[in-house]
Amino acid sequence: MAKSEIVIHKERCKGCEICVILCPTQVLDIQDFKANVADIEKCTACMQCELRCPDFAIEVTRL
Amino acid sequence: MAYNYEEFIRQGRLPHIWCPGCGYGIIMKSMIRAIAEMGWTKDETVIASGIGCASRLPGYLDFNTLHTTHGRSLAFATGIKLANPSLKIVALGGDGDMSAIGGNHFIHACRRNIDMTIIVFNNNIYGMTGGQYSPTTPIGAKATTAPYGMLEPDFDICKLAIAAGATFVARSTSYHALPMEKLFKEAFSHKGLSVVEIIAGCPTGYGRKNNQRTPTSMLLWQKDHAVTKQMAEKMSAEELEGKFITGVLHQDTSKKEYVENYDAITGFKEK
Repeated sequence: MAKSEIVIHKERCKGCEICVILCPTQVLDIQDFKANVADIEKCTACMQCELRCPDFAIEVTRL
Repeated sequence: MAYNYEEFIRQGRLPHIWCPGCGYGIIMKSMIRAIAEMGWTKDETVIASGIGCASRLPGYLDFNTLHTTHGRSLAFATGIKLANPSLKIVALGGDGDMSAIGGNHFIHACRRNIDMTIIVFNNNIYGMTGGQYSPTTPIGAKATTAPYGMLEPDFDICKLAIAAGATFVARSTSYHALPMEKLFKEAFSHKGLSVVEIIAGCPTGYGRKNNQRTPTSMLLWQKDHAVTKQMAEKMSAEELEGKFITGVLHQDTSKKEYVENYDAITGFKEK
C-alpha cells in the first residue's frame, strides 16, 4: 500500500533531476526530460522532492 | 499534505524563467512559507526588487510588488516605508544588484536601520547577462569575463552589512530550505534593518565552468560547505578554510529604528 500520492505538473517541470537525486528511496526517474514517478510503493512521504523542487512541479500528499 | 503555494502565486505565471535547477525557486518557496506563517496579508506586504534573475521573483508573487531599476530597489523600498510605515517591506536582489550596482544603496540602507528585510540572492555571478564575474565571485573561479580565473578578492556580503550597521544579519543556502524559512521569519519579525544572504547556485553561468556540472552537485556543495555558527565556534581555522558560516551572524536591538526616529523628531505620526 503506497504511503503517499505524488502529482507531477509536467508543464512546469524542467527536468533538472534535483528530485531524482535527492530522493532517498529512488521513487522518481526522468522520462522524456521530465520527472516521473517510477515506483510509488517505495515512497516514504519524506517530502524532500516537494521541498526542493525549484519549479513548483511536485505535490506530495501523505495518505 | 502538499503545501498550497498557488494561493500566493499569480495565476498563469508559472513556469518561471529561471534555468533548470536554479536554486531561486527553492528560495521563493521558503519565502512564501515564511510570509504565510507571519500572517501578513497580501495588501500589507510589499516586495521590491531591482534587475536580474533574482529580481524577477516578485513578478510571480501575488503581493504588492515593485520591479525597479538596477540596484535601486532599496531606494524605492525606503520611500514606501516612509510614506506608509504600516506596510511590511521585503527588498530583494542578486549579488550584483545589491553589492555592485546598488552597493551604495545597500550600505546606506544598513546605516539608516530602517525597518525592512533585505534578501540577497548570492549566486557568485551575473547570471542573466551571461555569466560575467560579480563582486562575490571567489578568487580563482572562472567566469565569462574571467577565463583564467577571478583575480580580485571577493566581498563577504554579511560582513559588509554588519560593518555598515545592519541590526540583523543572517546567512543560509538554497539547500537548507527549512532553516532558511526559519531565518526569514526571524528577519521579518526583527525591528530594524535585517539582511539575509542566501547562497544559491547558478548551474548555467557558474557551475558549468567550475566543476559543478549538475544542479544537484551545486546543492550538495552548499550542504558540504555550510557550517552553522554553533559548529564553527568549535572548529579550528584550518577546518573552516573554504567553508562559510550560516545562521544568525549578528543581532543588535539597541539601535533606534529610522521611521520611529523620524516621527519623533518631526512630530508627524501616521494615525
